[in-house]
Order: sequence, then C-alpha cells, then structure tokens
Amino acid sequence: MADKIAFDLVSPEQLLLSAEADMVTIPGSEGDMGVMAGHTAVITVLRPGVVTVAGGKEVQRFFVLGGFAEVTQTKLTVLAEEAIAANDLEAHITAVTESLAKATTDSEKSVRQAKLDMLTKLRAHA
Amino acid sequence: MPSLKSLRTRIASVTATRKITKAQQMVAVSKLRRAQAANDAARPYAQKMKAVISGMASGLKGNPGGPKLLAGNGKDDKYLLVVCTADRGLCGGFNSNIVRFARAQIEELKAQGKKVEILCVGRKGRDQLKRHYADLIVDTIEFTAVRQLGFANADEIGKKLLAWFDEGKFDVATLIYARFKSVMTQLPTALRLIPAAIEETDAKTGQVYEYEPDESEVLAELLPRNISVQIFSALLENVAGEFGAKMTAMDGATRNAGEMINKLTLLYNRTRQGKITSELIEIISGAEAL
Repeated sequence: MADKIAFDLVSPEQLLLSAEADMVTIPGSEGDMGVMAGHTAVITVLRPGVVTVAGGKEVQRFFVLGGFAEVTQTKLTVLAEEAIAANDLEAHITAVTESLAKATTDSEKSVRQAKLDMLTKLRAHA
Repeated sequence: MPSLKSLRTRIASVTATRKITKAQQMVAVSKLRRAQAANDAARPYAQKMKAVISGMASGLKGNPGGPKLLAGNGKDDKYLLVVCTADRGLCGGFNSNIVRFARAQIEELKAQGKKVEILCVGRKGRDQLKRHYADLIVDTIEFTAVRQLGFANADEIGKKLLAWFDEGKFDVATLIYARFKSVMTQLPTALRLIPAAIEETDAKTGQVYEYEPDESEVLAELLPRNISVQIFSALLENVAGEFGAKMTAMDGATRNAGEMINKLTLLYNRTRQGKITSELIEIISGAEAL
C-alpha cells in the first residue's frame, strides 16, 4: 500500500476539507487527473467538474466551479473558486433558481443564469 | 440650579443612551468574533495563492513581455484609488483615519501631476471624500444590504477593475483599507493591485513545477483571480477593523454615560437635600417666631 497524500480543499471563504487520501481525482483543464502520493509537482488550472477523494471509509465528492490545484510529492491543494459538497448540490441549485427569480437587473440575471446552467450541467455529470 | 424635574429627565435620558451604547458594544463584540473567524477561514486560500504567484512571478520578472497585470501597461499617469471604508458610523475614528490616509495619498499623487480617480467602497468613505473630491469619485459600491460578506462581493469589484483596466481607464490601481492589527488599532494601508505587487521570495523553495496547460496561461488565469482575492481579504480585514473600532468606541461611550449618570445622581440628591433643609429651616424659624 502506497503512502497517503495530504489533501486540502480550500475556497476563498473557507477551508472545506483537509484529509489524508489514497487518491484524489481532479478535473484538470487538459483532462482529469488522478493524484496519488509521489506525483510530480504540477500546477494546473481546473475546469468545472467533480473532485473525488478516495481513502478513509468512503469516497467523498465535491463539485468545483473552476480554480487551480497545486500538486507536490506529498501534498495536493485544490484552490476552488467555489466548491460544493455533492450532497448539497440540489439545495444549491434551488437557491440559485430562487435568486434568479428575484434578480432585478439584467447583469444580475445573466450572472445567475450562467451559474445555474453550470450547476445543472454538473448535475448531469454526477 | 437646575430643577429636580429636569435633572430626573436628564438622568433618564442618559441611562437610555447607556443602554443603547452597551447593546451596540455587545453586538460589535459578537460581529467582531464572526468577522475574525471569516478572516481566519479565508487566510489559507489567500496565502496559497500568494505563494504560487510569487513563485511563478519571480521567474517572469525580467521578462518585459510578461502579462500586463504583473508588469503594468508601461504608463503611470492615471491612478485609481480603491478606498474601502465601512458603511456605518459609530466606530470612532475608523472611517476618518482611512479617509485621512487616502487624502494624503491623493494630494501626493496630485502634486506629482498624476491624474487620480477614486472608487469608493463603503458609504462613509464616500460621504467624507465627497466634500473635497466630488469630481474624482467615479463610482461607489455599498454593502449595506449584505449581511455576510462573500467572495462574490469582492469578485464583483475585481471584475469591474479588470474591465476598466482593459479599457485603459487607469494605469495603476491601489487599494486603501485598514489592516486589522488589534481590536484597538487598525492601520490604514495602501496595497498596489495593478500592476501586482509581488513579494520577492527570498529563499528558492527548490520546488520545480510542471504547468498545465503552460506557465503563462496558468498565470493569466491566476492574476485576475488574485485581484479579487486580495480585495476580499482587504474587505474582511476592514469589517473586522470596523467592529473592533466600534467595540472600543462604544465601550468608551458606555463608560462616559455611566460617569455622567453618577455625577447627575449626585447633583440630584444634593439638590433634593438642599431643598429639604431649606424647607425645614423655614418651618423652624416660623415656629420660633410664634
């Protein structure tokens, strides 16, 4: 059994998860990457997608809306623009739909609509 | 000598004031705690971002063809100052300190013959700057309706700045905010956003990264985001500072009100006793005369 890799998932507002994992799959801009301990040092841009954390008792999944990741031999840090735990996605979509209905200005509307589209697309992937 | 009735009403009104300031202080304490927690939560992201960017930027330093956000657009005639203050008052000298600092910067830049524009974040700063520099203020952003400051709020400002920079509305952008040193002291600080002020990494970390897609593209992706991140952490520090200052100011106000109540109560009792004494004297001398 290989060593575990330290994994941090941070968004601008908070540290979402800090854990040891066997393997973490991240949606790199050039394709999904599975990161295990001993990976080459890489800095990559992320596209919107799913981060899967395998290790421990169960597999945890997060949706990230872009960001970037820093990989070193022993540590993986994902700096997500926004990250949502898989279980909260539905609630998030409802919230965004509601706020879209409340939006008054055009710019507000377009921003929220774009976000809703992205979220629904992510849900389709899940 | 004030009448007993007027003293009574004054004591009542000062007591009411003390209740209000006390409540304000307690609200500020709990909000300060929340603001500090938000600050702590946001720190890992900002630090990591800074580390990655400074690591990459030092490699690109000598390169004149580097990204504009890092190297600037070659001019420095038009300055944009982003002045962050609070939306509410009753926090001692917090807002005035920031505004005074901003004004010193504006005058200095003007003396150098630069063109200065101001973007106000926070209502109080706008109110104060409007008196002297009404023609320089290009826009104001308020967060009066926002309960808990989110990254989206900062991102909005960041996007605005980037759009303006692309249009060539300014050459250099500086962020002015109060750094949270302690509950008692907040230090007005200027931070250059565009071109990005990158701290030199003194020790080479020795870590060589591969970049995906490639270095310049990663950097192009990160630099705009970094601006929003820096604005976000500045705003969070500002919020913490605001409540720290408010707490201190309201604590002082509560204590002053308490002192005033004591003084007034003393005066009230003395007047009351004086009145009783003089009434007694009148009665006794009246009885003696009989």
